[in-house]
Amino acid sequence: MFHRLHLPIFITAVVFLLLFTSASLLYEGFFSTRVVINLFYDNAFLGIAAMGMTFVILSGGIDLSVGSMIAFSSILVAKLVDSEMGWGLPTPIAMILTLLCGTAFGFVLGVLIQVFKIPPFLATLAGMFFLRGLAFTVSMEGITIDQPFYSFFTYSGIPIGSENVLPSIALIFLVTFAISFVILKGTRFGRNIYAIGGNEASALLMGLPVASTKMRLYAFNGFTGALAGLVASLYTGAGNASMAVGFELDVITAVVIGGTLLTGGVGSLWGTLLGVLILGTIQMVFVFDGRLNSAWLRITMGLLLLLFIVFQRGFSRK
Amino acid sequence: MSGLWSHFRQSRYFWAVIGLMTLVFFNALFSDNFFKLEIREGNLYGTLIDILHQGSIVMLLGIGMTLVIATKGIDLSVGSIMAMSGSLAAVLLTQYELPFFLAGIIGLLVACLAGLWNGCLITYLGVQPIIATLILMVIGRGLAMLIADGQVITFEDPAFVTFGNGSFCYLPLSVWMVMLAFIAVSFLMKRSSLGLFIEATGDNEAAARLAGLQVNWVKLFAYMLCGLLAGLAGLMAAGRIKAADPSQSGQMLELDAIIAVVVGGTALTGGRFTLLGTIIGALLIQTLTTTMYIQGVASAISPMPKALVILVVCLMQSKVLRDQVQALWLKQRSSV
Repeated sequence: MFHRLHLPIFITAVVFLLLFTSASLLYEGFFSTRVVINLFYDNAFLGIAAMGMTFVILSGGIDLSVGSMIAFSSILVAKLVDSEMGWGLPTPIAMILTLLCGTAFGFVLGVLIQVFKIPPFLATLAGMFFLRGLAFTVSMEGITIDQPFYSFFTYSGIPIGSENVLPSIALIFLVTFAISFVILKGTRFGRNIYAIGGNEASALLMGLPVASTKMRLYAFNGFTGALAGLVASLYTGAGNASMAVGFELDVITAVVIGGTLLTGGVGSLWGTLLGVLILGTIQMVFVFDGRLNSAWLRITMGLLLLLFIVFQRGFSRK
Repeated sequence: MSGLWSHFRQSRYFWAVIGLMTLVFFNALFSDNFFKLEIREGNLYGTLIDILHQGSIVMLLGIGMTLVIATKGIDLSVGSIMAMSGSLAAVLLTQYELPFFLAGIIGLLVACLAGLWNGCLITYLGVQPIIATLILMVIGRGLAMLIADGQVITFEDPAFVTFGNGSFCYLPLSVWMVMLAFIAVSFLMKRSSLGLFIEATGDNEAAARLAGLQVNWVKLFAYMLCGLLAGLAGLMAAGRIKAADPSQSGQMLELDAIIAVVVGGTALTGGRFTLLGTIIGALLIQTLTTTMYIQGVASAISPMPKALVILVVCLMQSKVLRDQVQALWLKQRSSV
């Protein structure tokens, strides 16, 4: 029942519970449905991007372009729907176009990595610079999105109990998690990702479709990146080419804290979800406690990462 | 002559040189006064000098990064180390009134220690280099902000400012420092067996260990040297703008340094390395940045052409593409 491989995620869960409990004891009003809902609401785009990142890291790769992808898709959708400066497209069509662009870009990265054997680190690094520049060619300044569909989306949600509402942004996060989970656990594609991350050469020798799996998973990662950008534009009500600089590191941190090994082959989406919630809780603590500044936030995040890595090393050496 | 050409053609930095020459050629045609140099107050001024001066920081980082990458590692923390050494030296200078000489040395020591920390995590705890240095990248930035109390620290100390902005014998001090670092490290690599040890470690760590090599010491050395050079770059960057900015100094420069190394022809897979290639790679990136600046490309958009250059050079170095092009060419010739 309790397998050795479940230990990292068990540790992650315990750390999350400890963190949340101690924060609840320290700060009045922390332990509430509202805070829990906000954890999902505030970290929706981190979480969505982390789903794709988990796929990529499970396959033994890495993606540095996700921050730029978020900025690019947020500004693209804003430009597409804007009737004065942009194209004035209907919102749903603009959203679908943005998602298609993201998926296509992810696929191109996959081709560079798989066909031309450019290391993922370099290909996605180039992708990061390219998308950041491209985002600024769409628009130098941020564009406020003033569409009825957008405000409807932002303010709608599912009521929980009598006074709380689960906002649609948080709902998108949960649905993305569920779909990614089904893809990873329930399909051949998902199994192949684990196999490739475990040992690419043996996956190839087993006759698994390594090339197509890799290109598809980078396309999927492009899709989640673009979706995260859309959610970010819903969250802020605007598109901005300068948002989410360095965000990829937060996403990678969330995935690693969640127990997914950067060498590939080991990890789970549950872990990533917990990793996102841990980062969210730490940030929430900093919101509740005005005395702490961003320097301490970074140091805490770094130390937490260190702690997890040391735990993981200790456990995987046995 | 043909022997020299084929030697150059086979060299690792061939494509970086071609890229650099293309850019210089472009500038010769389209940029006014690109090659113009003039002497004012005993110093050389001109766009070319500017490129060397601006590119010196990435060159310094690149030299250390080359060695780290050659051991099959990577160092994402150099930007944060820059911020730490710069901020620490500035705080010691302004608040504790130490002379620059002492403050600078303490900054460099801390940078060295940061490299040692990276090295220890990687060798003794067996953490992957990308994660180990990511940890320091996050923590180091926080520490720098803590040291400087979140403020940008300005100073007027003449020695510190000269360190970043001064000149010596017609050339900026920064260029001399890069030359010194390049010659010293090259000498160390070529004249001692260290270069060989580093290549052996990166090429096949298990084999190197079995051959009796102290692989851990080799890695520690590489990360410490990389930290030291990053510390030096941090002091230079602070002196240049007469201020230490803990949150912005060195931001994203780790990526520029990695690009310089890779474009210069050292593979991320470790093993063989070329310091000269890294210098050429850094020059290529800086020339590109300066060219876009001269041509009036908005600085926000400039990452895009940079990405394309990285991609083209990587593709040219990719064996798969070369083989395909070669096969295509042979087929065409045989059909004629």
